[in-house]
Amino acid sequence: MTASGDHDGRTVSVGGRTGRNNRLIGVGGIAFAVGMIGLTYAAAPFYSAFCRATGYEGTPQHVETNTDAKGHRILRVGFDANVAPGLNWRLEPEVDSIRVRTGKTVTVFFRVKNLSDKPTDGHATFNVMPEVSGGYFDKISCFCFSTQHLGPHEGAEWPVVFFLDPALEKDESMANVDSITLSYTMFAPPAEKPTADRAGPAG
Amino acid sequence: MASVTDFSHHDVDAHHEHEHHIPTGWRRYLYSTNHKDIGTLYLIFAIICGLIGTLLSIMIRAELMTPGVQVFPWISAIMSGDGSADAAKNMYNVFFSSHALIMIFFMVMPAMMGGFGNWMVPLMIGAPDMAFPRLNNMSFWLLVSSFLLLMCSMFAEGSPGMHGFGGGWVLYPPMSSQVGTPGPAADFVILSMHLAGASSILGAINFIATIFNMRAPGMTMFRMPLFPWSVLVTAFLLLLSLPVLAGALTMLLTDRNFHTTFFDPAGGGDPILFQHLFWFFAHPEVYILIIPGFGMVSQVVATFSKKPIFGYVGMVYAMLAIALLGFAVWAHHMFTTGMSLNAQRYFVFATMVIAVPTGVKVFSWLATMWGGSISLRPPMLWAIGFVFVFTVGGVTGVVLANAAIDRYLHDTYYVVAHFHYVMSLGAVFSIFAGFYYWFPKMTGYLYDERLAKWHFWVSFVGINLAFFPQHFLGFQGMPRRVVDYTEAYAFWNMVSSIGAFIGGAGTLIFIYVLYDAFKVRRVSGGNPWGPGATTLEWQLPSPPPFHTWEVPPHILGDEHDHAPAIVGHGSAA
Repeated sequence: MTASGDHDGRTVSVGGRTGRNNRLIGVGGIAFAVGMIGLTYAAAPFYSAFCRATGYEGTPQHVETNTDAKGHRILRVGFDANVAPGLNWRLEPEVDSIRVRTGKTVTVFFRVKNLSDKPTDGHATFNVMPEVSGGYFDKISCFCFSTQHLGPHEGAEWPVVFFLDPALEKDESMANVDSITLSYTMFAPPAEKPTADRAGPAG
Repeated sequence: MASVTDFSHHDVDAHHEHEHHIPTGWRRYLYSTNHKDIGTLYLIFAIICGLIGTLLSIMIRAELMTPGVQVFPWISAIMSGDGSADAAKNMYNVFFSSHALIMIFFMVMPAMMGGFGNWMVPLMIGAPDMAFPRLNNMSFWLLVSSFLLLMCSMFAEGSPGMHGFGGGWVLYPPMSSQVGTPGPAADFVILSMHLAGASSILGAINFIATIFNMRAPGMTMFRMPLFPWSVLVTAFLLLLSLPVLAGALTMLLTDRNFHTTFFDPAGGGDPILFQHLFWFFAHPEVYILIIPGFGMVSQVVATFSKKPIFGYVGMVYAMLAIALLGFAVWAHHMFTTGMSLNAQRYFVFATMVIAVPTGVKVFSWLATMWGGSISLRPPMLWAIGFVFVFTVGGVTGVVLANAAIDRYLHDTYYVVAHFHYVMSLGAVFSIFAGFYYWFPKMTGYLYDERLAKWHFWVSFVGINLAFFPQHFLGFQGMPRRVVDYTEAYAFWNMVSSIGAFIGGAGTLIFIYVLYDAFKVRRVSGGNPWGPGATTLEWQLPSPPPFHTWEVPPHILGDEHDHAPAIVGHGSAA
């Protein structure tokens, strides 16, 4: 570059104090932007913890035991089971739906079978609809709490133990909710996901 | 008028012409560290991108003119060699996605902040240049690179066997993840947005440093005109919100390519998290697109009413309030994701509160005009047009803020009509107001005012005809982002498309206005607008010399005043 382009240096150095202040704001601004990116990443675990704590986005609660509080409302609880592409399993609930009184602990079974010739792991994601009921759907035991393993063509029956928190009777968001659907989707562990996705049809 | 000031600065500048060689040819622009040259580059870039974005939208409206898929098989055949129905539908999705990204990131933002911000902020606060001139150059060329990446994405593979990314400007997973767009088109879009974000963050830091640090003596914060104020507020919005987009997009990129699962349920992620992060960025983003417009309209309305702006301090605080509230309302874009009633109540209420400072601004513009000596020259026409269309868009915004109504109108053409009224009409009208206001200052030439008025009226009629019927379509339930629709929606779609073509004709008039102005070369003089133009830039000759305010201007009046410094007519003595 010729001597023509060097005006910027002169501009910045107009008065040492202005230059120093400029650099201070410049460095501060970049630090602030980097900090915001950090906060964005912090949002991921925070959001996950927030959902688990509040039942937001239909996240059912994981509890140790029933509180034995008795409620009086009776709701329909439906069950839905899916298997994501990439995992050759079959998963289905034993019953389509049951009627549950709030506070009563119930157990339902899900039938599962590995249709492939290989032993594979599977992990279930889960949520309930409508999403506002997540905070009142308390699971005591569930196959979704851990990764499951099935041998070639092995079948199993998995129990899910849950109850509906009677506190839902006091929540006006729940006043018009008569039916809750508990949904599972089984996924292969991320490492086992076929990596040829790019070339193949959209999963 | 103001001969004393003008004289002294001619003197100063003549002195400096000898001292500093002005670069010429391509070096002057490629290596430029001069805020005026970089501003010019940004404006040229914004005009080119605006034309491309307009062309895309004309094609979209041509497709939607009648039911069925008629136009896009041809476009798809030309662009990707595949004229099948699926390729046509995919290309339509690519077009509306690219239209949005181009208009937001490569037209409105570069015009307002990069173009007018760079050109006018240093002139209006009496600074010799931006605080970091080299960074300024970097911001511009990053943006050009970003645009090229976006163009690349249109020709790269997206969905299997298809070209381009068709997931909308919101980039929601799973449409933008491996599931929806396995091809590299989505990666190109993500990297493009990364560069655009970096460019804007650097630009924002530059504006903050310039405005805080480089004002002329006597130009206290509360004597600063409203346009630099609006740029300052916008710079803070950019600095706060864009890193969130950058972070969210980086997560998306690693989800796509490096097996992380931030937004992938298979690994315990949640796609809704992306929506939260995205709208935490994107709601402030829509204020980024409009607040500099507030500033420009304020300057224009005051100039052509020949009155100081009404309620100056209130205007400043209104902008600050809108900016702050903008960070607390993001989930009103997500009412249908299943939030609890209390969360919905909060977001409804917080959203509606924004109507208050916005109302303060609208009423202040009206009060400025009230009793003023109004001259309806082209910039003023655009500014009054802005106040009208922005108010229409604002009112439909209050309608959509209601969660219960939004349940019905979400993702319908009502939303399309709403945000085009504030963006395509509001933001764009303010840009044209600013453009016609400062064009004589930037080039030294007057344009043909009769033609410029034609540009306004043709655009005003065309764009209103294009977007007003979309309210009806939305109420009838027509979903947005569809290539085809039932016969029931045919009539208003036809009207809307005709309006879009008229608006497109307005754009052609604009190009002719530019051509005519540079061909005829009517010399404008330092201040073509008369006694209403009281800000510092009108004290300089037109076009301003390469270096300005190397000796800070003398700002008259009491430093403790809470009113913009009047440096023009009647103050030179």
